[in-house]
Amino acid sequence: MPIVALSRIADARSGDKGEGSNVGVMARSDAAYAFLKSKLTTDAVRTHMQAINSGAVKRYESDSLRVLNFILADSLGGGGSASLKTDAQGKTHGLALLRMKLDVPADVLAATPE
Amino acid sequence: MARKDKVLVANGQGFWGDSLLGPIRLCREGPIDYLTLDYLAEVTMSILQKQRLREPSKGFATDFIKMIERTAPELVAKGIKVVANAGGVNPMACKDATIAALHKQGFKGVKIAVVEGDDIYGQLDALLAGGEELKNMDTGAPLSSVRKTVSSANVYLGAFPTAQALDQGAQIVITGRGTDPGLVLGPLIHEFGWKPGDYDLIAAGTIAGHIVECGAQCTGGNYTDWRAVKNMAMVGYPIIEASADGSFVVTKHAGTGGMVTRRSILHQLVYEMGDPKNYIGPDGTADFTSITMEEVGPDRVRITGAKGGPPTPTYKVSISYSDGWKALGQLTVSGPDALAKAKLCAEIVWKRLEYDGCTFAESEKLVEFVGANVCHAGIDVPNASEPSEVVLHIGVKGQDKAKIDRFGYELVPLVTSGPPGVTGFAGGRPHATEIIGFWPALMRKDKVTTKVSLFES
Repeated sequence: MPIVALSRIADARSGDKGEGSNVGVMARSDAAYAFLKSKLTTDAVRTHMQAINSGAVKRYESDSLRVLNFILADSLGGGGSASLKTDAQGKTHGLALLRMKLDVPADVLAATPE
Repeated sequence: MARKDKVLVANGQGFWGDSLLGPIRLCREGPIDYLTLDYLAEVTMSILQKQRLREPSKGFATDFIKMIERTAPELVAKGIKVVANAGGVNPMACKDATIAALHKQGFKGVKIAVVEGDDIYGQLDALLAGGEELKNMDTGAPLSSVRKTVSSANVYLGAFPTAQALDQGAQIVITGRGTDPGLVLGPLIHEFGWKPGDYDLIAAGTIAGHIVECGAQCTGGNYTDWRAVKNMAMVGYPIIEASADGSFVVTKHAGTGGMVTRRSILHQLVYEMGDPKNYIGPDGTADFTSITMEEVGPDRVRITGAKGGPPTPTYKVSISYSDGWKALGQLTVSGPDALAKAKLCAEIVWKRLEYDGCTFAESEKLVEFVGANVCHAGIDVPNASEPSEVVLHIGVKGQDKAKIDRFGYELVPLVTSGPPGVTGFAGGRPHATEIIGFWPALMRKDKVTTKVSLFES
């Protein structure tokens, strides 16, 4: 199976939620969504983002929207005006997740627009 | 009153700091019935509160007044109605400044409504005494633990007071803290006569409001496939073409940049989202997963099927409190060996402070080497180990203001007493600024009274 970045099959946007952030991952095909639903687990996201997020990761699913929404509980260095970080609002966390490398089956790639 | 089939509700401002051109272009580039403007974020309430503490006639979004000055002739000539949460923590002062701006251009007789009731700061002690604990939603701690340092407390009001202001004939509605989607929902309630309890319709209006609340973020701004976005400089701001049955089309004016597609809207739908099946608002809950999106024409996406449910018995409350001090500074370090030299600079700062008896715990310090993969820390990215230059971003926080200020003295000296190639002191010596903490809480709705007042310019 080819190893590609998550960005090959999904879009993402992130923003702040209190002292954490959310990353909405939008699969670009039904096949990509089905694949991500099984592979893009909270553990996988937690490991990939461990230098950014020190809290728990929660996942919400929406089959009809082909969306997996991840809540990173502690990713802003305090949140609001208490943060000293450059990205105090988690604006770049979506792109950070899209850099994740995944072993994606060829048929999923074929079914998913670039 | 005869009801319209379709109502055009635009958003021209996604947050305070958004381009002034958004609302100006929406007034010029095509038809709209309503111009909604969102100026408030959790951080913004803190900033406005600091301003009001310094100067009692401030504490509202001054960009709104600039917007009124620029667009007044078109607003009046075309009868465009304006709904803005520009009131911040001082909506009456915002109204006065709005009237002054209209007078300056000779516009008299414009009806302006102010929605109040969100500000519960003055009632806090009575509320606490009456059994409202205003526990922190994230930590569970009672508000009494930080009560002495609380500087503002505002309820996220629903959209019905805004609709009531429009029912009374207001052309401009100024609110304080309400929900962002309520800026769109209010006009729809007014236009279509929706009632409390029309949960699917309220959900539709809430989802419409959420889609446009961040301005160009649903029309190609902050979009993953950014190369595909045409004419981003003149990106179109979003317009909801709403119908009484709760269905609506998301669109933008013809000839503007960006795009409205299922994919561009989805980007905004997930923004700051929690549980997509249960988006909680003061007037009802909305199920984002219930909608159907259909591309029905160029830059036209029709959304139908929104389902909602009853609201909770509580309002969300946004409370800010003083939580210590911080200072942040930065300097640019050129190559060769940019990263190694920037690391040395940070070490030097901490050692010189330590020599002077000024130490900070690890949790009170932050050092970032911008350019060497700060945003995506821990993730393998190309070219992060040998950047040609980096920005040292260094800061401290804590309760002792004098210590925070002392830190600020040790950055600039690195130009002459650090490694070579240190430059770019933007903003000079950093000073301590107050940290305003955000305290989210819930309180019973029956403890809040809203008030709508009508004025004329």
